[in-house]
Amino acid sequence: MEKAQFTSPWLPYLLLAPQMIIIAIFFLWPAAEAIRASFFLEDPFFGTATFVGLQNYSDAFAASDYQRTAWFTFVFVVLVSLISLGIGMMLAVSADRVLRGKGSYKTLLMWVYAIAPPVAGLIGVMLFDQHIGPLVEFVAYFGWDLQVGVDYWDTGFAMIVVATWKQVPYCFIFFLSGLQSIPTSVKEASAIDCRSETRRFWTITFPLLAPTTFFLLILNITYAMFETFGMIDQIVKDQPGNSPVTLVYKVFRDGFRGNDIGGSSAQSVILMILVLALTVAQFRLIERRIHYT
Amino acid sequence: MTTLRIRNAIKQYPNGAQAVKGVSVDVEDGELVVFVGPSGCGKSTLLRMVAGLEEVTDGEIELNGRVVNNLEPADRNIAMVFQNYALYPHMSVRKNLAYGLKNRGTPSDEIDRKVEEAGALLQISEFLDRKPSQLSGGQRQRVAMGRAIVRNPAIFLFDEPLSNLDAKLRNQMRLEIKKLQRRLDTAAIYVTHDQVEAMTLADRIVVLNNGMVEQIGTPTEVYSRPATTFVASFIGAPPMNLIPGELSKGQLHIGAHSMPMNSAHAGPVTFGFRPERAHMNGAASGLAVEIGVIEELGAHRLIHGRVGDHEVTVAQDAELPPPDGRMMLAFNEQDTHLFDPDTGARV
Ligand SMILES: Nc1ncnc2c1ncn2[C@@H]1O[C@H](COP(=O)(O)OP(=O)(O)O)[C@@H](O)[C@H]1O
Ligand SMILES: [Mg+2]
Repeated sequence: MEKAQFTSPWLPYLLLAPQMIIIAIFFLWPAAEAIRASFFLEDPFFGTATFVGLQNYSDAFAASDYQRTAWFTFVFVVLVSLISLGIGMMLAVSADRVLRGKGSYKTLLMWVYAIAPPVAGLIGVMLFDQHIGPLVEFVAYFGWDLQVGVDYWDTGFAMIVVATWKQVPYCFIFFLSGLQSIPTSVKEASAIDCRSETRRFWTITFPLLAPTTFFLLILNITYAMFETFGMIDQIVKDQPGNSPVTLVYKVFRDGFRGNDIGGSSAQSVILMILVLALTVAQFRLIERRIHYT
Repeated sequence: MTTLRIRNAIKQYPNGAQAVKGVSVDVEDGELVVFVGPSGCGKSTLLRMVAGLEEVTDGEIELNGRVVNNLEPADRNIAMVFQNYALYPHMSVRKNLAYGLKNRGTPSDEIDRKVEEAGALLQISEFLDRKPSQLSGGQRQRVAMGRAIVRNPAIFLFDEPLSNLDAKLRNQMRLEIKKLQRRLDTAAIYVTHDQVEAMTLADRIVVLNNGMVEQIGTPTEVYSRPATTFVASFIGAPPMNLIPGELSKGQLHIGAHSMPMNSAHAGPVTFGFRPERAHMNGAASGLAVEIGVIEELGAHRLIHGRVGDHEVTVAQDAELPPPDGRMMLAFNEQDTHLFDPDTGARV
C-alpha cells in the first residue's frame, strides 16, 4: 500500500479531530465522570458529595437486588444469544437448501434484515399485551396464566421471547450468507464422502460456519446486554420494582429513578469493565480465528 | 470387475433446459473414457448424473449390473475429483483423505495405512498435516486425487481436474493421472473440453455436442475417421479443412479441379482433409490453393490460404522450402473424408 505523506505535521491530527472530539464528548468524558462519581456519595437534594472510596462498589455487590439482577442478566443474555443463534441457523439452513444458486431470492430475503428489527420489536411487545396479546391467549389454552409485569419469571419469559424474536433475523441473514459462501462443490464432495446429512452438517457445514457463529455470538451478547434497554423499558415501565431487569436497565433505574448517582455510576463502571473484557476476548479470538481461503 | 452402462440418459433441468438428450455409453473394467466437447455441451451434467449429484430425468445408469439411478452419491461406490478441488478447508490433508473412509466405518488403523499409502503414491506425505490453504494448486490437486483413491472406488470421475493449473503443470499432471489410473487399474471417466487432453489420456473418447453423442471411439478412430464434420473440426489442431464439393461418377469436383474418389455417392458433399495430410506436389495438377499468411512454428510451418472462397490450412515440414504464391495439393485416398453437407454425417 502507498503511504500518504503529510506536508504539515498537524494536518493528520486536524483530520482526525472531528472523530476524536466526538469520542471525547460522548464517550471519554461521561466515562471519566462515571468513574469519578462512583467514588462519591452524592446528596440528591443539596448537590454535596462525600468521598466514600470503594463503598459504592461493595454496596452494589453486596445488595441482594444487584445479585438477583446480575443472575437474571446472565440467564437472559445466555438464552437470548444461544436461542437466536440456534433458530437463525436452523432457518438459514432450510433457506439455503431452497436458495442454492438462486441469487434473486437472496436479495428479497435481505429485506427481512431492513424491516424486521423495529417492527418485530413492536409486534413482539404487542404479542404479550395482557389484554389483546394473542400469545397470552394462546398459552391460556394450556392452562398457563401468563402475567407479564406481575409474575417475575413470566415477565422474564416475555423479555427473552421478544429479544430473541428481534435478533433472529440478524442471525438468519448472516448465517445464510455464511452458508451460501460454502462452495457447492465442497457440499457435493461431502455428499459423496458421507451418507448421513446430519453428520455432514456437524462435520462440514457447522465448522465452516464457525467464524460467522463466533461473530454473531459476540453481536448477540452485546445486543442482549445493552440494546434491549428500550424493549425492557416498554415491558416494565408502569410496573413496580418486582419485574426482572438487566444490569443496564438497573443502572438507569437506580440513577434516574432512585437518584442514587454514586451507586449507579459504580454499576456502570462494572459494566464498562465487562465490555472491555468482552472486547479484548473478541480481538484475541479474531486474531487466532481460522481463515479459510 | 467394473462396468458402467449409461443407457439413453436424459437430463432436463427444472428450468426446461435439456442438457443431455439421450446418451448411451459403456465403460469397461480398467478403461479410461474421456467425455470431450465444447463448453456447455452437457459433459459435466452427464458425469454428475453418474455421480448421483444430478437426478436422472430418464434412462438408466447401471454400475456393476445394478441400476443406481436412485442411490445416494455416497452409496454408489464412485469417487469424484472436482475442477476447483473441493477440499474441506477446515481439515488437514490427512483428515481430508480420511473423511470418506471414516464415515464408512473403516477401522482407524486401516485408515492410517491407506492415507499413508495414498500420500506416498501422490508424493504428498510431507503435507499430510497441513491445511489445504497452505498448499499450492498442484498440491491441492494431488490431495483431491488422494481423496478419491484412498476409497478404492469402482470408478473415478474427473471433471476438468486440470483446468485450474498452469500449462506446464497441466501436462505433467495429465501424464501422472494416466500412470496412476493404469497402475490402479480402475475404470475412470474424465471430462474435458481440451481435445489434446482427450487424445492423450483416453482409451476411448466420447465426443459430445449439444447434449448428444457425436462419436465414440479410440483416439485414433476419432482422429482418422471422424463420424461427423463436428468431430472433424473439434479433434485435431489445427482442425480439419472442410470445403464444399460435388460428387458424381466417382469424381469429386471442387471448383475447376476434379479428383477421383472411390465413392458411390453422388451430389453435393463436404470434402475434408487434415492440414498435416496434404502433399504439395510440384506438378501443375491438384487442388489449387492461393497462399496467404505463413506461420513458422519451428518443426513445421502452417500455410494459410484459400480454395475459392474457403480458407484452408496446410502443415508442412519446416525443412522443405516454403511455397510461394500458389500451391497444388494432392491427397492419399485414405486421408480424404466426405461428409453430407446437410447432416454433417460421414458418407
Ligand atoms: N443447474 C442448472 N440449471 C439449468 N441449466 C443448467 C444447470 N447446469 C447446467 N445447465 C445447462 O446445461 C448445459 C450443460 O451444462 P454442463 O453439463 O455444465 O456443460 P459442460 O460441462 O459440457 O460445459 C448448459 O447449457 C448449461 O447452461
Ligand atoms: Mg463442465
